[in-house]
Amino acid sequence: MGKAMRNDTVVKYDVERIRRDFPVLSTSVNDNPLVYLDSGASSQMPQSVIDRINHYHQYEHANIHRGVYQLSEQATTAYEEVRTTVARFLNVPDSAEIIFTKGTTHAINLVAHAYGRKFVRAGDEIIVSHMEHHSNIVPWQQLCEEVGATLKVIPISDVGELDLEVYEGLLSEKTKMVAVTHVSNVLGTINPIRDMVALAHAKDIPVLVDGAQGAPHMKVDVQDLDCDFYIFSGHKVCGPTGIGVLYGKRDWLERMDPFEGGGDMILSVTFEKTTYADIPAKFEAGTPPIVSALGLGKAIDYLESIGLDSIELHEKVLTKYAMDALTDIEDITFYGTAPNKAGVISFNIKGVHAHDIGTLLNDDGVAVRTGHHCAQPIMQRYKVPATTRASFYLYNTVDDVDKLVVAIRKAQKIFS
Amino acid sequence: MSSKQIYQEVILDHCKKPRNWGMVSKPTHKAEGINPLCGDHLWVSMTVVDETIEDIQYEGESCAICMASGSMMTMKVKGKAFTDVMALTEQFRSLTTGPSEADGAKELGSLTVFSGIRDLPSRVKCAMLPWHTLTAAINSKEEASTEGDQDPVPGSGTQKT
Repeated sequence: MGKAMRNDTVVKYDVERIRRDFPVLSTSVNDNPLVYLDSGASSQMPQSVIDRINHYHQYEHANIHRGVYQLSEQATTAYEEVRTTVARFLNVPDSAEIIFTKGTTHAINLVAHAYGRKFVRAGDEIIVSHMEHHSNIVPWQQLCEEVGATLKVIPISDVGELDLEVYEGLLSEKTKMVAVTHVSNVLGTINPIRDMVALAHAKDIPVLVDGAQGAPHMKVDVQDLDCDFYIFSGHKVCGPTGIGVLYGKRDWLERMDPFEGGGDMILSVTFEKTTYADIPAKFEAGTPPIVSALGLGKAIDYLESIGLDSIELHEKVLTKYAMDALTDIEDITFYGTAPNKAGVISFNIKGVHAHDIGTLLNDDGVAVRTGHHCAQPIMQRYKVPATTRASFYLYNTVDDVDKLVVAIRKAQKIFS
Repeated sequence: MSSKQIYQEVILDHCKKPRNWGMVSKPTHKAEGINPLCGDHLWVSMTVVDETIEDIQYEGESCAICMASGSMMTMKVKGKAFTDVMALTEQFRSLTTGPSEADGAKELGSLTVFSGIRDLPSRVKCAMLPWHTLTAAINSKEEASTEGDQDPVPGSGTQKT
């Protein structure tokens, strides 16, 4: 990276200050400082999120939407405030369109059931892409098998971009849903969601966007994208596990039947008939992960205090630096080299299995993901059993990348 | 824990030059092993006479630990009776998952280089996969699976082919 580039980032973006907010980043692994390059799987939590979680457990814990006592009412208010925070985060004007789930997988399953069982019939088609995570394939496959529908797949090119011509050709009156990822968790490709939605909407087809790798890394405006559903997870936006978000357009959410039955999602229950609550309660059966929601709210506050645009720029600069640095390594192959790419780099080193790379990198404190990344069709597409993946977030530095490169060279030497 | 203990010369040697590589010409017993976690995928084929392994080969695509474990396993079990092989498998399992290095029996010989794997729980499956597949091949009547096994990482399985 040129000096100017490095200076630019430092001046506008104080990554060292950000790093101090994350306690885990000052820990060691095997006597080496932790180099955390697996935020694509789970990002780390800043102190403010950890404090929020602790404070709730110590002083605020009570069930919500139930008690008339002060503690319960306060918990209810705090939980509902997060809904407003999430709505602002995605630029959703009506916070009732925000449904809390257990995570991205749970949210996709919710839509596959509640939308799918209501609107998809034998002979219909669901479109997914070749770069989906298993969680945006399997629920649709299960739906298709159950109702006799067919799964159609948008192919990807060698560099890892969707073939939009084929996509357009796949859209027909049989298509009942397009379910596509915003950003590939393996290839890093940022898909042209707005254009894809426009093409689908021209034929009155709704679009679900898996934003697990999108929302953490760039400003998402669902009104601008105009997608019908947008989904992401708390633990990938510096929040805790156990919480996810489903944004859905009110019209769809109201027409869909409930996914799970239980407490909180009803208006009245008799043994003859149950009537359901309005959205969002209709889709939040049972006691929700209250503390995880509060942690998510704080995490969003934290990201917004730094600025999603700044985070996106930081990651872009870092990814460019990393691609340049890694390219110098002999016998490296990249998977996913689209021009519009997020901070996700998948690669293999000739003669060294990804799993061995992962174990050897751990010796140097470098944490990367190895394996198929819950995206086996991508592995099949590029004819590899596994890849190593480094993924970046707001707290990663050029120093992290340099250490990654050194560690890879060391591993390579052992196998040479 | 450092992985230096694992990536020793003997393992790297077996990884680069796996012994008994391939498929026996007319196998009486055969099984396929898959670890979906890392994509390890291998086949064990054998010629068995009177419950004794006359010939054994393996092939597949895997990480170094799985590759070396398979190579050393085939050398170890060739010519042995099923009962002895099953006892060895148990000993190898104890070596890789037991609480201390003393858990491995002397019979394992050079296979004790895998003792360090117990400190890398996510890699135990890699070392065990050839052995699970061997067990599946021996139990040619039943479906074998590593699900619910005592190894710390769920998600791998073997199947008879």
